[in-house]
Amino acid sequence: MSAFLDVLASGPQALVTDHGRAGNAHLGVPPSGALDRPAFDLGNRLVGNAPGTAGLELLGGGLRVRARGPRLVAVTGAPAPVRVDGRPVGSHHAVRVPDGAVLEIGTPVGGLRVYLAVAGGLDVPAALGSRSTDLLSGLGPEPVADGDALPVGPWTGPVPECGPVPVSLPPATIRLRVRLGPRDDWFTDAGAALAGPVWTVSPTGNRIGVRLDGPAPPRCPDTRGRELPSEAMVTGAVQAPPDGPPVVFLADHPTTGGYPVIGVVDPADLPLLAQATPGSAVRFTVDA
Amino acid sequence: MEPVARPCGGRALLFEVTSATEVAAVVAAVRAAGLPEVTELVPAARTVLVEVSAGASLDRVREAAAAADPAAGTSGTGELHTIGVVYDGEDLELVAATAGISADEVVALHSGAEYTVDFCGFAPGFGYLSGLPEPLRQPRLESSRPAVPAGSVGIADVYSCVYPRRSPGGWRLIGRTDTVLFDPAADRPALLTPGDRVRFEVR
Repeated sequence: MSAFLDVLASGPQALVTDHGRAGNAHLGVPPSGALDRPAFDLGNRLVGNAPGTAGLELLGGGLRVRARGPRLVAVTGAPAPVRVDGRPVGSHHAVRVPDGAVLEIGTPVGGLRVYLAVAGGLDVPAALGSRSTDLLSGLGPEPVADGDALPVGPWTGPVPECGPVPVSLPPATIRLRVRLGPRDDWFTDAGAALAGPVWTVSPTGNRIGVRLDGPAPPRCPDTRGRELPSEAMVTGAVQAPPDGPPVVFLADHPTTGGYPVIGVVDPADLPLLAQATPGSAVRFTVDA
Repeated sequence: MEPVARPCGGRALLFEVTSATEVAAVVAAVRAAGLPEVTELVPAARTVLVEVSAGASLDRVREAAAAADPAAGTSGTGELHTIGVVYDGEDLELVAATAGISADEVVALHSGAEYTVDFCGFAPGFGYLSGLPEPLRQPRLESSRPAVPAGSVGIADVYSCVYPRRSPGGWRLIGRTDTVLFDPAADRPALLTPGDRVRFEVR
Protein backbone atom coordinates (compact mmCIF):
# COMPACT_ATOMS: atom_id res chain seq x y z
CA MET A 1 0.00 0.00 0.00
CA SER A 2 1.32 3.40 -0.89
CA ALA A 3 1.98 5.81 1.94
CA PHE A 4 1.73 9.60 2.05
CA LEU A 5 2.26 12.53 4.32
CA ASP A 6 -0.75 14.82 3.99
CA VAL A 7 0.39 18.37 4.63
CA LEU A 8 -1.97 20.20 7.00
CA ALA A 9 0.35 23.20 7.52
CA SER A 10 3.65 23.75 5.69
CA GLY A 11 5.02 26.46 8.01
CA PRO A 12 7.27 29.34 6.88
CA GLN A 13 9.07 27.28 4.21
CA ALA A 14 9.15 23.53 3.71
CA LEU A 15 11.32 22.16 0.90
CA VAL A 16 12.11 18.66 -0.28
CA THR A 17 15.84 18.15 0.02
CA ASP A 18 18.59 15.56 -0.44
CA HIS A 19 22.26 15.66 -1.44
CA GLY A 20 21.56 17.92 -4.43
CA ARG A 21 22.77 17.84 -8.00
CA ALA A 22 26.45 18.80 -7.88
CA GLY A 23 28.42 18.22 -11.08
CA ASN A 24 26.17 20.30 -13.33
CA ALA A 25 27.66 23.75 -12.73
CA HIS A 26 28.91 23.88 -16.35
CA LEU A 27 25.24 23.85 -17.43
CA GLY A 28 24.41 26.71 -15.06
CA VAL A 29 22.80 24.37 -12.52
CA PRO A 30 23.41 25.14 -8.81
CA PRO A 31 24.42 22.25 -6.52
CA SER A 32 21.43 22.70 -4.18
CA GLY A 33 20.78 20.07 -1.46
CA ALA A 34 20.40 20.20 2.33
CA LEU A 35 22.19 23.20 3.85
CA ASP A 36 22.91 21.50 7.18
CA ARG A 37 24.13 18.28 5.68
CA PRO A 38 25.24 16.62 8.95
CA ALA A 39 21.78 17.19 10.45
CA PHE A 40 20.07 15.91 7.31
CA ASP A 41 22.32 12.82 7.18
CA LEU A 42 21.68 12.08 10.85
CA GLY A 43 17.92 11.96 10.19
CA ASN A 44 18.34 9.35 7.48
CA ARG A 45 20.62 7.26 9.71
CA LEU A 46 18.08 7.36 12.55
CA VAL A 47 15.27 5.94 10.40
CA GLY A 48 17.46 3.45 8.50
CA ASN A 49 17.42 5.21 5.12
CA ALA A 50 20.29 5.15 2.64
CA PRO A 51 22.39 8.34 2.74
CA GLY A 52 20.88 11.09 0.61
CA THR A 53 17.29 9.78 0.78
CA ALA A 54 14.93 12.73 0.23
CA GLY A 55 13.39 14.41 3.27
CA LEU A 56 12.20 17.89 4.22
CA GLU A 57 14.13 21.02 5.14
CA LEU A 58 11.93 23.27 7.30
CA LEU A 59 12.87 26.90 7.72
CA GLY A 60 11.68 27.82 11.20
CA GLY A 61 9.81 24.53 11.75
CA GLY A 62 6.04 24.91 11.81
CA LEU A 63 5.09 21.75 9.91
CA ARG A 64 1.95 19.67 10.53
CA VAL A 65 1.38 16.46 8.55
CA ARG A 66 -0.97 13.50 8.82
CA ALA A 67 0.54 10.09 8.12
CA ARG A 68 -1.31 7.90 5.63
CA GLY A 69 0.30 4.57 6.47
CA PRO A 70 2.41 4.13 9.64
CA ARG A 71 5.96 5.41 9.39
CA LEU A 72 9.14 5.85 11.34
CA VAL A 73 10.35 9.46 11.26
CA ALA A 74 13.14 11.51 12.81
CA VAL A 75 13.39 15.25 13.34
CA THR A 76 16.93 16.69 13.40
CA GLY A 77 18.76 19.98 12.90
CA ALA A 78 17.68 23.00 14.92
CA PRO A 79 16.11 21.63 18.13
CA ALA A 80 12.33 22.02 17.98
CA PRO A 81 9.35 20.56 19.84
CA VAL A 82 7.88 17.46 18.15
CA ARG A 83 4.42 16.04 18.88
CA VAL A 84 2.51 13.03 17.63
CA ASP A 85 -1.24 13.50 18.12
CA GLY A 86 -0.43 16.21 20.65
CA ARG A 87 1.96 14.09 22.71
CA PRO A 88 5.56 15.41 22.98
CA VAL A 89 7.97 12.85 21.54
CA GLY A 90 11.22 14.82 21.21
CA SER A 91 13.66 15.32 18.39
CA HIS A 92 16.91 13.64 17.32
CA HIS A 93 15.66 10.07 17.61
CA ALA A 94 13.39 7.76 15.60
CA VAL A 95 9.68 8.12 16.34
CA ARG A 96 6.81 5.88 15.19
CA VAL A 97 3.91 7.75 13.65
CA PRO A 98 0.83 5.49 13.46
CA ASP A 99 -1.51 5.51 10.45
CA GLY A 100 -3.72 8.60 10.64
CA ALA A 101 -1.69 10.30 13.37
CA VAL A 102 -0.69 13.95 13.13
CA LEU A 103 3.00 14.81 13.38
CA GLU A 104 3.63 18.37 14.46
CA ILE A 105 6.97 20.19 14.46
CA GLY A 106 7.10 23.49 16.36
CA THR A 107 9.34 26.51 16.11
CA PRO A 108 13.02 25.79 16.88
CA VAL A 109 14.27 26.99 20.28
CA GLY A 110 17.57 27.88 18.59
CA GLY A 111 18.84 27.73 15.05
CA LEU A 112 16.84 28.00 11.88
CA ARG A 113 16.54 24.81 9.85
CA VAL A 114 14.82 21.63 10.99
CA TYR A 115 15.02 18.37 9.02
CA LEU A 116 12.37 15.66 8.78
CA ALA A 117 13.50 12.22 7.66
CA VAL A 118 10.84 9.63 6.81
CA ALA A 119 11.62 5.93 6.55
CA GLY A 120 11.42 5.17 2.83
CA GLY A 121 12.03 8.77 1.86
CA LEU A 122 9.88 11.22 -0.08
CA ASP A 123 9.15 9.70 -3.47
CA VAL A 124 8.78 12.84 -5.59
CA PRO A 125 10.19 13.07 -9.16
CA ALA A 126 13.91 13.81 -9.47
CA ALA A 127 15.45 16.42 -11.75
CA LEU A 128 19.09 15.85 -12.74
CA GLY A 129 19.35 13.07 -10.21
CA SER A 130 18.07 15.08 -7.27
CA ARG A 131 14.74 15.75 -5.58
CA SER A 132 15.96 18.98 -3.97
CA THR A 133 14.02 22.17 -4.53
CA ASP A 134 16.44 24.75 -5.92
CA LEU A 135 15.16 28.21 -5.07
CA LEU A 136 17.46 29.97 -7.53
CA SER A 137 16.74 28.04 -10.70
CA GLY A 138 13.35 26.51 -9.89
CA LEU A 139 14.59 22.95 -10.42
CA GLY A 140 13.07 20.16 -8.36
CA PRO A 141 9.62 20.12 -6.78
CA GLU A 142 7.71 23.26 -5.91
CA PRO A 143 7.99 24.32 -2.25
CA VAL A 144 5.66 22.21 -0.10
CA ALA A 145 2.21 23.80 0.26
CA ASP A 146 -0.75 23.23 2.56
CA GLY A 147 -2.88 20.41 1.18
CA ASP A 148 -0.02 18.62 -0.61
CA ALA A 149 0.14 14.84 -0.39
CA LEU A 150 3.81 13.87 -0.25
CA PRO A 151 4.33 10.28 -1.46
CA VAL A 152 6.53 8.15 0.79
CA GLY A 153 8.70 5.40 -0.71
CA PRO A 154 8.67 1.75 0.31
CA TRP A 155 10.57 0.78 3.42
CA THR A 156 11.26 -2.67 4.75
CA GLY A 157 13.37 -1.94 7.80
CA PRO A 158 15.06 -2.94 9.98
CA VAL A 159 14.82 -0.21 12.61
CA PRO A 160 18.42 0.84 13.21
CA GLU A 161 19.96 0.77 16.65
CA CYS A 162 21.19 4.26 17.48
CA GLY A 163 22.52 5.51 20.78
CA PRO A 164 21.65 8.93 22.18
CA VAL A 165 22.50 11.80 19.85
CA PRO A 166 23.85 15.06 21.25
CA VAL A 167 21.71 18.09 20.44
CA SER A 168 23.50 21.39 20.23
CA LEU A 169 22.36 24.98 20.01
CA PRO A 170 24.25 27.34 17.70
CA PRO A 171 27.09 29.17 19.47
CA ALA A 172 26.61 32.85 20.40
CA THR A 173 29.29 33.86 17.91
CA ILE A 174 29.73 31.75 14.81
CA ARG A 175 33.30 31.22 13.67
CA LEU A 176 33.85 30.52 9.99
CA ARG A 177 37.20 29.38 8.66
CA VAL A 178 37.93 31.09 5.35
CA ARG A 179 40.68 30.77 2.76
CA LEU A 180 41.53 33.89 0.81
CA GLY A 181 41.07 33.92 -2.95
CA PRO A 182 40.49 33.71 -5.81
CA ARG A 183 40.19 37.52 -5.96
CA ASP A 184 41.63 38.66 -2.62
CA ASP A 185 44.09 40.80 -4.61
CA TRP A 186 41.20 43.15 -5.47
CA PHE A 187 41.16 44.26 -1.82
CA THR A 188 43.60 46.09 0.41
CA ASP A 189 44.56 43.56 3.10
CA ALA A 190 41.75 41.07 2.44
CA GLY A 191 42.65 38.98 5.48
CA ALA A 192 42.25 41.87 7.92
CA ALA A 193 39.10 43.07 6.14
CA LEU A 194 37.48 39.69 6.84
CA ALA A 195 39.03 38.75 10.20
CA GLY A 196 38.76 42.18 11.83
CA PRO A 197 35.06 43.00 12.10
CA VAL A 198 32.30 41.20 13.96
CA TRP A 199 29.75 40.57 11.20
CA THR A 200 26.00 40.36 11.63
CA VAL A 201 23.77 37.88 9.78
CA SER A 202 21.37 39.95 7.68
CA PRO A 203 17.64 39.12 7.71
CA THR A 204 17.69 38.84 3.91
CA GLY A 205 19.51 35.50 3.89
CA ASN A 206 18.13 32.47 2.10
CA ARG A 207 19.31 29.22 0.50
CA ILE A 208 21.13 31.20 -2.18
CA GLY A 209 23.31 33.15 0.21
CA VAL A 210 23.64 35.01 3.49
CA ARG A 211 24.63 38.66 3.56
CA LEU A 212 26.89 39.67 6.42
CA ASP A 213 26.34 43.23 7.54
CA GLY A 214 29.55 45.08 8.40
CA PRO A 215 32.17 47.25 6.75
CA ALA A 216 32.63 46.61 3.01
CA PRO A 217 36.15 45.25 2.38
CA PRO A 218 38.11 48.16 0.89
CA ARG A 219 39.09 47.75 -2.75
CA CYS A 220 42.57 48.35 -4.11
CA PRO A 221 42.61 51.70 -5.90
CA ASP A 222 43.46 50.13 -9.27
CA THR A 223 40.33 47.91 -9.19
CA ARG A 224 37.86 50.75 -8.72
CA GLY A 225 35.51 50.91 -11.66
CA ARG A 226 37.05 47.72 -13.05
CA GLU A 227 34.68 44.96 -14.12
CA LEU A 228 35.37 41.31 -13.57
CA PRO A 229 34.19 39.04 -16.40
CA SER A 230 31.75 36.48 -14.96
CA GLU A 231 33.50 33.50 -13.44
CA ALA A 232 32.45 30.31 -11.68
CA MET A 233 31.91 30.30 -7.92
CA VAL A 234 31.98 27.46 -5.40
CA THR A 235 29.63 27.00 -2.46
CA GLY A 236 31.00 29.03 0.44
CA ALA A 237 32.34 31.79 -1.83
CA VAL A 238 32.43 35.15 -0.06
CA GLN A 239 31.53 37.66 -2.73
CA ALA A 240 32.18 41.33 -2.09
CA PRO A 241 30.16 43.66 -4.30
CA PRO A 242 31.50 47.21 -4.72
CA ASP A 243 30.77 49.29 -1.61
CA GLY A 244 28.48 46.62 -0.19
CA PRO A 245 28.75 44.02 2.56
CA PRO A 246 29.89 40.53 1.57
CA VAL A 247 27.58 37.64 0.73
CA VAL A 248 28.45 34.03 1.60
CA PHE A 249 26.96 31.74 -1.03
CA LEU A 250 25.10 28.60 0.04
CA ALA A 251 23.90 25.57 -1.96
CA ASP A 252 21.43 27.32 -4.30
CA HIS A 253 24.04 29.88 -5.39
CA PRO A 254 24.38 31.09 -8.98
CA THR A 255 27.10 29.08 -10.72
CA THR A 256 28.83 32.21 -12.01
CA GLY A 257 29.16 35.76 -10.74
CA GLY A 258 30.68 39.05 -11.78
CA TYR A 259 31.81 40.46 -8.43
CA PRO A 260 35.14 39.48 -6.93
CA VAL A 261 35.21 36.55 -4.48
CA ILE A 262 37.51 37.59 -1.62
CA GLY A 263 37.61 34.17 0.05
CA VAL A 264 35.92 30.79 0.43
CA VAL A 265 34.45 29.45 3.68
CA ASP A 266 35.39 25.89 4.65
CA PRO A 267 32.39 23.74 3.61
CA ALA A 268 32.49 22.08 7.05
CA ASP A 269 31.53 25.43 8.64
CA LEU A 270 28.65 26.30 6.30
CA PRO A 271 26.03 24.37 8.34
CA LEU A 272 26.70 26.82 11.19
CA LEU A 273 25.85 29.70 8.90
CA ALA A 274 22.78 27.89 7.55
CA GLN A 275 21.54 27.62 11.14
CA ALA A 276 22.38 31.22 12.12
CA THR A 277 19.33 33.33 12.88
CA PRO A 278 19.27 36.94 11.60
CA GLY A 279 21.28 39.18 13.92
CA SER A 280 23.73 36.41 14.86
CA ALA A 281 27.36 37.46 15.23
CA VAL A 282 29.91 35.97 12.83
CA ARG A 283 33.69 36.10 12.86
CA PHE A 284 36.07 34.87 10.20
CA THR A 285 39.25 32.96 10.94
CA VAL A 286 41.58 33.26 7.97
CA ASP A 287 43.31 29.96 7.14
CA ALA A 288 46.75 30.12 5.65
CA MET B 1 50.87 27.30 -21.49
CA GLU B 2 50.93 28.31 -17.83
CA PRO B 3 47.51 29.48 -16.70
CA VAL B 4 47.47 31.40 -13.42
CA ALA B 5 45.96 29.09 -10.77
CA ARG B 6 44.05 31.02 -8.14
CA PRO B 7 42.98 29.26 -4.94
CA CYS B 8 39.25 28.78 -4.48
CA GLY B 9 38.79 27.16 -1.07
CA GLY B 10 40.50 23.87 -0.29
CA ARG B 11 38.95 21.86 -3.10
CA ALA B 12 39.09 24.03 -6.22
CA LEU B 13 41.35 26.11 -8.43
CA LEU B 14 40.35 28.95 -10.69
CA PHE B 15 42.59 28.96 -13.77
CA GLU B 16 42.89 32.38 -15.33
CA VAL B 17 43.75 32.74 -19.02
CA THR B 18 43.60 35.50 -21.63
CA SER B 19 41.18 34.28 -24.30
CA ALA B 20 38.14 32.10 -24.93
CA THR B 21 40.40 29.79 -26.97
CA GLU B 22 42.62 29.25 -23.95
CA VAL B 23 39.55 28.62 -21.77
CA ALA B 24 38.46 25.88 -24.18
CA ALA B 25 41.99 24.46 -24.21
CA VAL B 26 42.13 24.20 -20.40
CA VAL B 27 38.72 22.52 -20.32
CA ALA B 28 39.81 20.06 -23.03
CA ALA B 29 43.09 19.30 -21.26
CA VAL B 30 41.50 18.66 -17.86
CA ARG B 31 38.76 16.55 -19.44
CA ALA B 32 41.31 14.57 -21.48
CA ALA B 33 43.24 13.75 -18.30
CA GLY B 34 40.19 11.75 -17.16
CA LEU B 35 40.77 12.50 -13.49
CA PRO B 36 38.15 10.74 -11.37
CA GLU B 37 38.58 13.26 -8.54
CA VAL B 38 37.22 16.13 -10.67
CA THR B 39 33.66 16.95 -9.56
CA GLU B 40 33.06 20.25 -11.40
CA LEU B 41 34.70 21.69 -14.54
CA VAL B 42 33.24 25.12 -15.23
CA PRO B 43 34.43 27.40 -18.01
CA ALA B 44 33.58 31.11 -17.98
CA ALA B 45 34.70 34.15 -19.96
CA ARG B 46 38.42 34.08 -19.04
CA THR B 47 38.59 31.41 -16.35
CA VAL B 48 38.08 27.70 -15.73
CA LEU B 49 37.05 26.43 -12.31
CA VAL B 50 38.05 22.89 -11.43
CA GLU B 51 36.75 21.34 -8.22
CA VAL B 52 37.81 17.97 -6.83
CA SER B 53 36.16 15.65 -4.34
CA ALA B 54 36.68 16.21 -0.61
CA GLY B 55 40.14 15.15 0.51
CA ALA B 56 41.55 14.79 -3.01
CA SER B 57 44.72 16.59 -4.09
CA LEU B 58 44.67 19.33 -6.72
CA ASP B 59 48.14 18.42 -8.01
CA ARG B 60 46.97 16.35 -10.98
CA VAL B 61 44.52 19.10 -11.96
CA ARG B 62 47.39 21.60 -11.95
CA GLU B 63 49.49 19.32 -14.15
CA ALA B 64 46.64 18.70 -16.57
CA ALA B 65 45.87 22.40 -16.95
CA ALA B 66 49.53 23.22 -17.53
CA ALA B 67 49.49 20.80 -20.47
CA ALA B 68 46.69 22.71 -22.20
CA ASP B 69 47.42 23.53 -25.83
CA PRO B 70 45.42 26.45 -27.29
CA ALA B 71 46.78 25.63 -30.75
CA ALA B 72 44.94 22.30 -30.71
CA GLY B 73 41.73 24.04 -31.85
CA THR B 74 39.27 22.64 -29.35
CA SER B 75 36.91 25.62 -29.41
CA GLY B 76 33.55 25.21 -31.13
CA THR B 77 33.96 21.63 -32.24
CA GLY B 78 30.86 20.40 -30.48
CA GLU B 79 27.38 19.62 -31.74
CA LEU B 80 25.70 22.13 -34.12
CA HIS B 81 22.23 23.33 -33.09
CA THR B 82 19.93 25.31 -35.38
CA ILE B 83 17.50 27.53 -33.49
CA GLY B 84 14.55 29.07 -35.35
CA VAL B 85 13.95 32.70 -34.38
CA VAL B 86 11.11 35.14 -34.97
CA TYR B 87 12.95 38.46 -35.02
CA ASP B 88 10.42 40.76 -33.38
CA GLY B 89 12.24 41.59 -30.13
CA GLU B 90 11.40 44.68 -28.12
CA ASP B 91 14.89 46.10 -28.56
CA LEU B 92 15.34 45.32 -32.27
CA GLU B 93 14.96 48.98 -33.27
CA LEU B 94 17.29 50.09 -30.46
CA VAL B 95 19.93 47.61 -31.63
CA ALA B 96 19.55 48.79 -35.23
CA ALA B 97 19.80 52.44 -34.23
CA THR B 98 22.85 51.78 -32.03
CA ALA B 99 24.56 49.97 -34.89
CA GLY B 100 23.48 52.56 -37.44
CA ILE B 101 21.86 49.94 -39.68
CA SER B 102 18.32 48.77 -40.47
CA ALA B 103 16.41 46.15 -38.49
CA ASP B 104 16.59 43.84 -41.51
CA GLU B 105 20.36 44.17 -41.49
CA VAL B 106 20.43 43.29 -37.78
CA VAL B 107 18.46 40.13 -38.56
CA ALA B 108 20.75 39.28 -41.49
CA LEU B 109 23.85 39.76 -39.36
CA HIS B 110 22.56 37.82 -36.35
CA SER B 111 21.19 34.91 -38.38
CA GLY B 112 24.20 34.85 -40.69
CA ALA B 113 26.80 34.11 -38.03
CA GLU B 114 27.87 30.86 -36.38
CA TYR B 115 28.20 30.96 -32.63
CA THR B 116 30.11 28.93 -30.07
CA VAL B 117 28.81 28.19 -26.57
CA ASP B 118 31.70 29.63 -24.58
CA PHE B 119 30.15 28.87 -21.21
CA CYS B 120 26.87 28.57 -19.32
CA GLY B 121 25.72 30.43 -16.24
CA PHE B 122 23.12 32.81 -14.86
CA ALA B 123 20.41 30.14 -15.14
CA PRO B 124 20.28 26.43 -16.04
CA GLY B 125 20.83 26.10 -19.78
CA PHE B 126 21.73 29.77 -20.31
CA GLY B 127 24.66 29.79 -22.74
CA TYR B 128 26.98 32.66 -23.52
CA LEU B 129 27.33 32.42 -27.32
CA SER B 130 30.39 34.04 -28.84
CA GLY B 131 30.68 34.91 -32.52
CA LEU B 132 28.43 37.96 -32.50
CA PRO B 133 29.12 40.21 -35.53
CA GLU B 134 30.88 43.41 -34.52
CA PRO B 135 27.98 45.91 -35.09
CA LEU B 136 25.82 43.88 -32.69
CA ARG B 137 28.31 44.02 -29.82
CA GLN B 138 26.36 46.42 -27.65
CA PRO B 139 26.04 47.07 -23.93
CA ARG B 140 23.27 45.72 -21.74
CA LEU B 141 20.18 47.82 -21.15
CA GLU B 142 20.70 50.48 -18.52
CA SER B 143 18.20 48.77 -16.27
CA SER B 144 17.18 45.12 -16.28
CA ARG B 145 13.68 43.96 -17.07
CA PRO B 146 12.05 42.24 -14.09
CA ALA B 147 10.72 39.45 -16.33
CA VAL B 148 12.05 38.38 -19.72
CA PRO B 149 9.89 35.67 -21.35
CA ALA B 150 11.34 32.19 -21.91
CA GLY B 151 12.76 31.78 -25.40
CA SER B 152 13.78 35.44 -25.74
CA VAL B 153 16.87 35.88 -27.93
CA GLY B 154 19.18 38.62 -26.71
CA ILE B 155 22.54 40.24 -27.21
CA ALA B 156 24.92 41.92 -24.78
CA ASP B 157 28.62 42.68 -24.86
CA VAL B 158 30.24 40.12 -27.20
CA TYR B 159 27.60 37.44 -26.66
CA SER B 160 24.20 36.34 -27.85
CA CYS B 161 21.87 34.26 -25.68
CA VAL B 162 18.50 32.56 -25.41
CA TYR B 163 16.69 32.84 -22.08
CA PRO B 164 15.80 29.24 -21.11
CA ARG B 165 12.99 30.33 -18.82
CA ARG B 166 11.26 33.46 -17.66
CA SER B 167 13.69 35.46 -15.54
CA PRO B 168 14.91 38.98 -14.91
CA GLY B 169 17.34 40.14 -17.56
CA GLY B 170 19.17 43.12 -19.01
CA TRP B 171 20.17 41.86 -22.45
CA ARG B 172 18.87 43.65 -25.56
CA LEU B 173 16.09 41.46 -26.95
CA ILE B 174 15.93 40.99 -30.72
CA GLY B 175 13.69 37.93 -31.14
CA ARG B 176 12.18 34.78 -29.70
CA THR B 177 12.27 31.03 -30.25
CA ASP B 178 10.06 28.14 -29.23
CA THR B 179 13.07 25.80 -28.97
CA VAL B 180 13.27 24.36 -25.44
CA LEU B 181 16.69 25.23 -24.01
CA PHE B 182 16.34 23.40 -20.71
CA ASP B 183 14.12 20.45 -19.83
CA PRO B 184 14.88 19.03 -16.37
CA ALA B 185 13.04 15.80 -17.21
CA ALA B 186 15.17 15.05 -20.30
CA ASP B 187 18.18 12.72 -20.36
CA ARG B 188 20.23 15.71 -21.50
CA PRO B 189 18.44 18.59 -19.75
CA ALA B 190 20.47 21.41 -21.31
CA LEU B 191 20.34 21.80 -25.09
CA LEU B 192 23.56 23.81 -25.11
CA THR B 193 26.79 22.71 -23.49
CA PRO B 194 30.15 24.54 -23.64
CA GLY B 195 31.87 23.93 -26.97
CA ASP B 196 28.62 23.42 -28.93
CA ARG B 197 27.92 25.53 -32.02
CA VAL B 198 24.70 27.43 -32.74
CA ARG B 199 23.11 28.96 -35.82
CA PHE B 200 19.96 31.08 -35.70
CA GLU B 201 17.49 30.68 -38.59
CA VAL B 202 14.86 33.27 -39.53
CA ARG B 203 11.31 31.99 -38.99
